[in-house]
Amino acid sequence: MICVALPYHLRTLAGLEPGVGAEVTVEVAAPVTIGRVLDALESRYPTLRGTIRDYGTGQRRAFLRFFACEEDLSHEGMDFELPQTVVEGNEPLLIIGAIAGG
Amino acid sequence: MSSVRVLVGTRKGAFVLNSDGKRKDWQVSGPFFAGWEIYHVKGSPVDPNRLYASQSSGWFGQTMQRSDDGGATWTPVGNKFAYDGVPGTHQWYDGTPHPWEFKRVWHLEPSLTDANTVYAGVEDAALFKSTDAGATWEELSGLRGHGTGPHWHPGAGGMCLHTVILDPSNADRMYIAISAAGAFRTDDAGKTWKPINKGLVSNTMPNPTGEVGHCVHHVAMHPSRPGVLFMQKHWDVMRSDNAGDQWHEVSGNLPTDFGFVIDVHAHEPETLYVVPITSDSMHFPPEGKLRVYRSRTGGNEWEPLANGLPQKDCYVNVLRDAMAMDTLDDCGVYFGTTGGQVYASADSGDSWAPIVRDLPAVLSVEVQTLQ
Repeated sequence: MICVALPYHLRTLAGLEPGVGAEVTVEVAAPVTIGRVLDALESRYPTLRGTIRDYGTGQRRAFLRFFACEEDLSHEGMDFELPQTVVEGNEPLLIIGAIAGG
Repeated sequence: MSSVRVLVGTRKGAFVLNSDGKRKDWQVSGPFFAGWEIYHVKGSPVDPNRLYASQSSGWFGQTMQRSDDGGATWTPVGNKFAYDGVPGTHQWYDGTPHPWEFKRVWHLEPSLTDANTVYAGVEDAALFKSTDAGATWEELSGLRGHGTGPHWHPGAGGMCLHTVILDPSNADRMYIAISAAGAFRTDDAGKTWKPINKGLVSNTMPNPTGEVGHCVHHVAMHPSRPGVLFMQKHWDVMRSDNAGDQWHEVSGNLPTDFGFVIDVHAHEPETLYVVPITSDSMHFPPEGKLRVYRSRTGGNEWEPLANGLPQKDCYVNVLRDAMAMDTLDDCGVYFGTTGGQVYASADSGDSWAPIVRDLPAVLSVEVQTLQ
């Protein structure tokens, strides 16, 4: 199982109960790429479609970043294969919103 | 007994305000979708418990919500707004071509006859329609593609389609307005469109009387007179008596003819309301006095309405979709401010009181009169 850490607003949009924590798990067959993890996430939580990846381009929305194992994966392509420790469920894929706003 | 439900969209969520027909005591529910920008919430005239809401965020883009119980609970619905075909380009601020890019839904207009049908005006300007209660959306691309689209350009708030008016006497006729392109009309249910901007004069344009390019802020219509339209333009309050074919100015004695909102009394089709704003450089009321202006003559002759509104040190704005009417015998008038107040008058504007005063900045106000 792959662990994905979601920002607060995506957790509420997905209908997750308060207090369940930031991480959700999804099952992804190899190869475990960023794109395939997002496919699985959107399949399990359809209301997240269009909120992480732009519908038109399929690319990461500008104010979101992807991290795992203390590495910034934001600029890797959707076909980038996640580190083995993420594949094994020991580390999460972090989806983080930019610290900005008012 | 009748009651009133006010639907408020704000920068940080939606709120639902309920009162009985006396409109003295208000119950505030919300925030719904806390932390999200709610550009618009509007109910179906066919089924008042069916509400649609536009929920958006700079981080997560556009999502859409639907309620089937008058706003008590909500369900996310479809949020895919794909332009029909190759989107093409419009003008950017500097006059260069810029690709059409979907950003958000500004305005929702439920059908007058079918609770599952709703129109969405979006930025970058286009009109979408759903016939399955918001599950899927299809562009009415005849508007964007009718020919003048490459010459449209954004206003300061973006290139938004912010006004959608359905003609209750003619199911094929619809009006829309775009900042900064102008007003447009279809007479075949959205297949084909034409600009209806004759008579508008915008001195900031290279051609002040051009066919498109006008920064229309809002348009209003009384349902009993669907051929009569009232417009608050960037500058100028305008009127058309022939479905937009020709406009003439009715700013008259207003202290300034800049503003955003315009609306029509529920029972008096020649009674109009605007909120004059100092200028395009100073988005607050003149002299720090918040005043609604009312014309009982269809324009030109205006009277200030200030009873109960702050008359000193008031520097809020009233945005284009933030005024609405109820249809009780004594027409109620409501508007929201960027300072988070929603003011109401239960006597056609003669006196005012805040029904809630510390919300986030108000983006939109709609009213449902319930039996």
